Amino acid sequence: MNYLSAFLFSGIACFFAQVLLDNTKLTPGHVTSIFTVFGAFFAFLGIYDKFIAFAGAGATTIISNFGYSLYKGAYLGFQEQGIIGLFSGLLSRSSCAITGAVLFSFLFVLIFKPKD
Amino acid sequence: MDKEKYKKIVKEFTPKENKSKNAFLAFLIGGFVGAIAEVIVTILNHCFALARGDAYFWTCLIVIFTSCLLTALGFFDNWVTKAKAGLILPTTGFAHSITSAALDYKRDGFITGIGANFFKLAGSVILYGMISGFFFAILGVIFYG
Repeated sequence: MNYLSAFLFSGIACFFAQVLLDNTKLTPGHVTSIFTVFGAFFAFLGIYDKFIAFAGAGATTIISNFGYSLYKGAYLGFQEQGIIGLFSGLLSRSSCAITGAVLFSFLFVLIFKPKD
Repeated sequence: MDKEKYKKIVKEFTPKENKSKNAFLAFLIGGFVGAIAEVIVTILNHCFALARGDAYFWTCLIVIFTSCLLTALGFFDNWVTKAKAGLILPTTGFAHSITSAALDYKRDGFITGIGANFFKLAGSVILYGMISGFFFAILGVIFYG
């Protein structure tokens, strides 16, 4: 059943993104940014933890999880280190995604050539 | 030819996109990506004895690795044009935007090409994510202590 809820959650999020893309003048850059900000907002409301408990990887794979992990990193950083934790903790949890994307992209760009 | 008439003609010849079909396809493919990620998490959790929290990070890395590789090989651009939001909204879109921007500007050199354009598309996600995350975290600290 876990797979089904992951499928549904991630699918419905993509459905809304596609509806936004088709019916407004927003570009993919706008839509992903909006979803990231809403991820942070839902994390603040405490709802995103429930999304992850319900949909598992379905909720952690979409870009909203980036906003969630930024919020969570800063919030937990404050609990551990005080004000400076807001700064040092903000990227701590999202570092995985950013470092991975930067590292793999750079390596593959070095190896492969553009198609045309 | 006056502008109004011109606009009318342009509108007539712009191909109409099937919105409901697009949305359904995005739902299917986006859901598929989420379900596959859940399968990977379950495998890591059971076979490699990783805690679920760590398995999420590993899955995130695996998804990013795959989409970077497929983008560099040249498959992913076509898929994104077809699946649209189904592949843009998951983390695949984030990785794809970085790799494709870097690949497109490779011929302009390492600094002015790859370096300057690396975060061309993903930059807005990082910027607004960080700003909103920071201020929501301050609000969180005020509200929840």
